[in-house]
Amino acid sequence: MTMPASTAAAYEVIGTNAPRTDALAKVQGKAQFTGDLQVHGMTYGRVLRSPYAHARIVSIDASAAEALPGVVAVMTGRNIPSSDPYYGHALKDRPVLALDRVRFVGEPVAAVAAESPAIADAALDLIDITYEELPAVTTIDQALAPGAPLLHDAPNLRAGLFHGLGEIRLEEGNVCYHHAFARGDSDAVFANADIVVEGEYVFPAVFQYSMEPHTTIAAWMDDDDLTVWSSCQHPFLVRAELANLFNLPVGAVRVVVPFLGGGFGAKSYTKMEPITSSLARLTRRPVRIANSVDESMVTTRRHGMKAWMRTAATKEGKLLAREVRAWFDTGAFADNGPRVVATGADAAPGPYTWEAVKVDAWGVYTNTSPAGSYRAFGATHLQWCGELQVDEIGRRCGLDALQMRERNLLQYGESVRPGGKPLDADLIGDMRRVAQSLNWDAPKPDGVVGRGMSVGLLAAGAHPVSTASIRMEADGSLTLLVSSTEVGQGARTVFAQIVAEELGVAPERVRVPGGDTRLTPYDRSTGASRSTTLAGMAVLRAAQDIRQQLLEIGGRFLDLPEVALEIRDGAVRHEGEAVSFPDLIKFHFGMVGGELMGNGAVRPEKGSGSYAEGPVFWEVCIGGVELAVDPETGIVTLNKVVSVADVGKALNPRQVVTQEMGGANQGIGNALFEEMIFDETGTLQNATLYEYHVPTIADMPLAFSLKHCGERGWAGTLRAPRAWAKGRWPAWPPQLPRHWRMQASTSTNFLRLLSASGGPCKRSSQPDRRAMPAQSMKEATTDEGLPAGQWHPAARHVVRDMEPQSGSGVSLPGLFDLH
Amino acid sequence: MPSETMMRLRTTINGEDIELDIEPRELLIDVLRHRLELTGAKRSCDSQVCGACTVLLDGQPVSSCCTLAYEADGRTVLTVEGLAQDGHLDLIQAAFVEQAAIQCGFCTPGFVLTTKAMLAENPRPTRDEIKHYLGGNLCRCTGYWNILDAAEDAARRLAAAAETGS
Repeated sequence: MTMPASTAAAYEVIGTNAPRTDALAKVQGKAQFTGDLQVHGMTYGRVLRSPYAHARIVSIDASAAEALPGVVAVMTGRNIPSSDPYYGHALKDRPVLALDRVRFVGEPVAAVAAESPAIADAALDLIDITYEELPAVTTIDQALAPGAPLLHDAPNLRAGLFHGLGEIRLEEGNVCYHHAFARGDSDAVFANADIVVEGEYVFPAVFQYSMEPHTTIAAWMDDDDLTVWSSCQHPFLVRAELANLFNLPVGAVRVVVPFLGGGFGAKSYTKMEPITSSLARLTRRPVRIANSVDESMVTTRRHGMKAWMRTAATKEGKLLAREVRAWFDTGAFADNGPRVVATGADAAPGPYTWEAVKVDAWGVYTNTSPAGSYRAFGATHLQWCGELQVDEIGRRCGLDALQMRERNLLQYGESVRPGGKPLDADLIGDMRRVAQSLNWDAPKPDGVVGRGMSVGLLAAGAHPVSTASIRMEADGSLTLLVSSTEVGQGARTVFAQIVAEELGVAPERVRVPGGDTRLTPYDRSTGASRSTTLAGMAVLRAAQDIRQQLLEIGGRFLDLPEVALEIRDGAVRHEGEAVSFPDLIKFHFGMVGGELMGNGAVRPEKGSGSYAEGPVFWEVCIGGVELAVDPETGIVTLNKVVSVADVGKALNPRQVVTQEMGGANQGIGNALFEEMIFDETGTLQNATLYEYHVPTIADMPLAFSLKHCGERGWAGTLRAPRAWAKGRWPAWPPQLPRHWRMQASTSTNFLRLLSASGGPCKRSSQPDRRAMPAQSMKEATTDEGLPAGQWHPAARHVVRDMEPQSGSGVSLPGLFDLH
Repeated sequence: MPSETMMRLRTTINGEDIELDIEPRELLIDVLRHRLELTGAKRSCDSQVCGACTVLLDGQPVSSCCTLAYEADGRTVLTVEGLAQDGHLDLIQAAFVEQAAIQCGFCTPGFVLTTKAMLAENPRPTRDEIKHYLGGNLCRCTGYWNILDAAEDAARRLAAAAETGS
């Protein structure tokens, strides 16, 4: 890597809390999101969705809808105007609209374009569809049962454009992907181990809830010229998928990305773009489809998971081996499921040293809404289980959570997995920081109070391919062209800082418009903490390119060697002399006009960038929590949440902190409140924000602490932070049922447990939202519905929770370990 | 189905008198966003949970997604677009910018307007009072810390402005 112009000691813009470039627009309501756009001649699309989890479409009569004044077109599975009705970046298993059968409640069956949203709504009511219901599989167990109805003809599914996961060899059944690896002789290690901890786990599906629901506008300028404005994180992957769908060259498709109202993985890959583009082609007019929140809830979600895991250790607490079998519920279509499965399996051993590991993970089709990406997808699920087992082993050895990790965590520079990058973080040091912040060894406050901490590791960066261009206009104006999507993480601000630092200008001078695949250069995707780290590196290289050009022109202008020149305050300088950028450009072109164009790229290169060796970097997921539970109400109060942001050089420390806080907040929500509840018919029972409670301002922890957000040498990366947290409970209340579970919200769980153990249990007539999310009442029955053999009888914990993580944020699995 | 009946709506929006014909069933958010191109109020939950569509109706925060446009007849509506005057941010907006209380920005207009209504009722709220008042606005990006700081900062700015009489 080329060293930047400035040295670490002399940064002027990097490392400062530069204000967001988009703050003024956003605070005044001027920032444009996709739904704020109006395109001339635009019609309004609405989607009719399946009421059945699995059914054959016997007939569709859309004539009444088509006859309704104001309706422009009705699209069904019979008249989809694409070359190929199927899409899917991993597996081409998803039709634009249901063709002959529906596979989940909420699957799009028909779409209407009309002159107004109200007319489109009215038209949906006039579409007459006859279904013949089919047997459905709405849980992993049902889907894997012998003789289960099949969702797809799996052996004959085609690979998508971005499968990237090796050759597919699917067998008959409801499995869309199987990822397995083994190292060492685990059978032998388990046979001889002093301690073996074993458990079964259930991890519920959750909803990302980016506040802006999926919104897409599609307009065909000609038969071979499609423009799409969309709330998408990966415009280039959407472009490729649409080009493939309509058999067009990629250059014929233009994907423009306005501001996004949050992403969190919900807007990764392709979502509503195929339907909208197809409907626009049919109507021959622009079409907008704006999902409602309940529609977005069945558009994508995080995978639910069922897993079995066992871990072996010596009686001194040295970890020896781990075996895992996990099944991820990907819903009716694969979406990003195969990648989630692969990542989940890959992360299952956690950041420890092992003599043997054996991991098997499967993606399973069920007749529920499709699951895809959500912050740190996959890694969350199994590291949660693993951390529980590490604690349990510690308990048997008389070691606390910190001691167990001090003895077992990988050290800086040690190999995480064969052939990959060695660990580039100090995990033990980070855990000690958490312990210190929690006053780990100090007596706990009175009451039912627990403290806990945990650690995870994630392979971050996805594919290391990003490019960027910078235009310096004749008057010195700077426009940065980069396609990393501004989802709220502050990418545009950090990019402006990088350019400003390199070219010696104020960050406000750098204009950073949104992504537009016809104008801004290629970027693989926005997620996996890759905006600052990879797109940012491409931006740096583009700025260095401009810088080099300015020095070269300056050398000619001043008749001096380049080494004698410096760039500062918008000019090329030599001792007392200064030539402004506009003067240099004027000199270069011989007129007032022209422009300099700088380009930068990142790719899996050997050598300096070291991007050939995966992952781009190891992302640490470390955190802790102290919490208290009101024994009468079950209300959980988070006394303190601690997160570790082991980011190396923070380019904008305040943005790192805000990302951390936001990530932790989603962790709290996932841990305490959130769960998507599908009933036996496959219908989502809590498809509104009334019933699906995301944290409000009232649910904040009482204190938040962020550690290790600072210098660790110039790595060129903003190593985005993660945290796990878990509560370590005191030995009260006693006599708890012994099994693992995570189906109920903590509060509900707690209430039920108290009730079951004869303890106090009160419910007010006005349930506190924090303690009693609407789904609680349903959750109380969820466990009883599970097969009796599912729980490991010897496990001593009642567990719930998980950890959400962010592309550049945090995660916080609350993990409550009662004993 | 479009209604045959239209109603004449007379209202004041961001200080400007507006007269237009609307359908009885039209929601305030649709009139603002589609007819008047005031897109600052955002649509998310459609059910008065998230607060992204908040506007002030005679100074009171309402969810414009669940308010009939006709309810604004004869009343005043303030949207986020009406806050800044002559290019100068309202002090609440300035506090949100200064405290870095903005990430994706989808919730920001709602939070700013709810904070304005809160400070009109209670110019010196405690942190708990702020949490109570802002409980009807959701944010999925920030974790609320900086929003809380911004609301406190806005209260301080308001007090300072009152002191100097400006």
